[in-house]
Amino acid sequence: MLLVSSGFCQGAGTRTVPDHTIKTLDGRDFQTSAFENDGKPYVLSFWATWCRPCIKELNAIADIYDEWQDMGFKVIAVSTDDARTRANILPMVNGRGWEYEFFHDENGDFRRTMGVNMVPHTFIINGNGEIVSQHTSFADGMEWEMFDKLVELLEKE
Amino acid sequence: MTTKGKFVLLTMLLSSLFFVLPATSQELLPGARVWGNFQMDAQYYQSDTVIGAPDVPEKILMNAFANINAEYRGFTIGLRYESYQNPLLGFDNRYRGSGIPYRFASYTQENLEVTLGNFYEQFGNGMVLRSYVEPNLGLDNSFDGIRLLYRPVSGVTLRTVIGQQRFYWDLGPGIVRGGDAEVHLNQAFSRFSDAQNQWIVGLSGVSKFQRDQDPIYILPENVAAFAGRINFTRGGLNINSEYAYKANDPSAENNFIYRHGEAFMMSSSYSFSGFGLLLSAKRIDNMGFRSSRSATGNDLHINYLPAMTRQHLYSLTGMYPYATQPTGEMGALAELTFRLPRGSFAGGPFGTTVTINSSIANAIDKQPLNDTTAIGQTGTDGYTSRFFALGDEKYFQDFNIEVSRRFSRNLRGTFTYMNLFYNQNVIEGYMDKENVNAHIFVADMTLRLERRRSLRWEIQHLSTAQDNGNWAMLLVEYNISPNWFFAVSDQYNYGNDDSDKQLHYYTLNMGYNKNANRFVLGWGRQREGIICVGGVCRVVPASTGFTLGVTSSF
Repeated sequence: MLLVSSGFCQGAGTRTVPDHTIKTLDGRDFQTSAFENDGKPYVLSFWATWCRPCIKELNAIADIYDEWQDMGFKVIAVSTDDARTRANILPMVNGRGWEYEFFHDENGDFRRTMGVNMVPHTFIINGNGEIVSQHTSFADGMEWEMFDKLVELLEKE
Repeated sequence: MTTKGKFVLLTMLLSSLFFVLPATSQELLPGARVWGNFQMDAQYYQSDTVIGAPDVPEKILMNAFANINAEYRGFTIGLRYESYQNPLLGFDNRYRGSGIPYRFASYTQENLEVTLGNFYEQFGNGMVLRSYVEPNLGLDNSFDGIRLLYRPVSGVTLRTVIGQQRFYWDLGPGIVRGGDAEVHLNQAFSRFSDAQNQWIVGLSGVSKFQRDQDPIYILPENVAAFAGRINFTRGGLNINSEYAYKANDPSAENNFIYRHGEAFMMSSSYSFSGFGLLLSAKRIDNMGFRSSRSATGNDLHINYLPAMTRQHLYSLTGMYPYATQPTGEMGALAELTFRLPRGSFAGGPFGTTVTINSSIANAIDKQPLNDTTAIGQTGTDGYTSRFFALGDEKYFQDFNIEVSRRFSRNLRGTFTYMNLFYNQNVIEGYMDKENVNAHIFVADMTLRLERRRSLRWEIQHLSTAQDNGNWAMLLVEYNISPNWFFAVSDQYNYGNDDSDKQLHYYTLNMGYNKNANRFVLGWGRQREGIICVGGVCRVVPASTGFTLGVTSSF
């Protein structure tokens, strides 16, 4: 499968993350309107355990996550795994030592509500909870692209 | 008003919202939102008799769809327009044409969500009900009807659905009714909210109705299925299990036997930072469940029976993918993931991740009902089966080791070894093919040349004495982040016993991304093969030509 590079979309600045019920990894209901990062920008990433580019993206961010955290940035990762692979989520997340906030979009309703057609699909959200850009697919170097964007947003705010 | 007339009206309504809202939402409708996506895949087919590509009189074929949705204060409407002019090779020709097979309106009020029109739904693991869309498979079993979802208190979710399922541009003959209740005990009962043991329980019931017009057999017009599930979490330990039962349901899929169906799955995982272990097992017995007795292939599935094998995404590891056998299979999977810490001798300066995985799928035990009745004979109860006994035939087995390592700041690699056994007759429906034993190696390396430029290459090799023999593959990809990629690849079937079939399957691809729009242009040969998503598969015929893919989100 080809891993393609991607572009950031400057979306409508006032579009916010819609409210939807998804699950925490221990099965609790969680309202997506509660996504936040203490007023700082963050990344919302849709992924799946069977998706190689998604794993590459999460691995690449993990390599520089110390720098992200030093700046107060974080990643919220929403798994779109279905019944076939949902049991893989916890072992993969822990096994790879990823330190993001993880959720599970069990029925794909949240994914559809966000207009996500394929994974990885990643949104950058500013400190006011507004979607400021999005991209699909992943290529090496995109983790820095996102970092630069987050820094730019932080400076604006 | 005709159905077509309603679609036109709905389209106009949505279109007007789409064009008006972005400009005026701040002034007129604060909080209003319009979103959607678009995807188009087109191919220009060239004649290539060497690889056995079928002749395409149209020369150009195309699949496309667009979702357009709008939401305002809890009220949502949406539609999907699809166009197949004509369907790409490998997709069912009954999709030919254009139209709006999916449209809905929904609103949410006081924890009640009401959906009218088309919807997707899943109860538990989907073993009695799951509708979903997978454009890569040409699969869409959405319901057209009514769906209610109610959360009376935190941690309790009640769902009920009624509808008919999409059948290309029509609806299937059966009416499906179902309900599901799920309770997260710790969330629903405050005194358990801080307990370390987290419990979720769920119950589902689904029934389908289809009139019996069979001249010979008396077929059940109402068929019920039930499922119960439990999920337990304590720290890094998780156990998830579900059992489903279906009343007798003679159908084309099970050769019109009157036996009941059942399915059981269990997954257990234990994980902590740097370590993950997963063990899964399942048993499926005559559990195909469709809203038409005569449906076959990927048509009109009410339920979903997930394959428990690893989903492979490299070209050669994915050459022999497993597809779930709904008439009967037992399967198990074990997967161990661990991280060798950075700085250690084994982990290297940046750390190394290792995944070891093995899975197996086997026939279930089937014994004849008596001396004079063959197993699976039409009009009988089919067979008897001992729950824990394995059948004689192995369907699939694989063993995989994957090592991911970063060698320096700029160089990383993933190395995979896979050993597989593949029962071609059962999985692909042949009568006289040999079982395939194969060894596959993949090296996937990425070298960052500078901050925005990287080079990636894959070297793959598959060796087998059966089917088409050995394959080698090389792929090289150059990325200029964030806008461009260029890729060239060649799959070479050098080990084919027939020297005329020792062919190269080469491809050239380039892609451009801008503002969440993605364009991919390609040219090359596609070998005959199978694409599977989640254990559901479709055959892809051989072809040569130019391809254009466009995806867009807004």
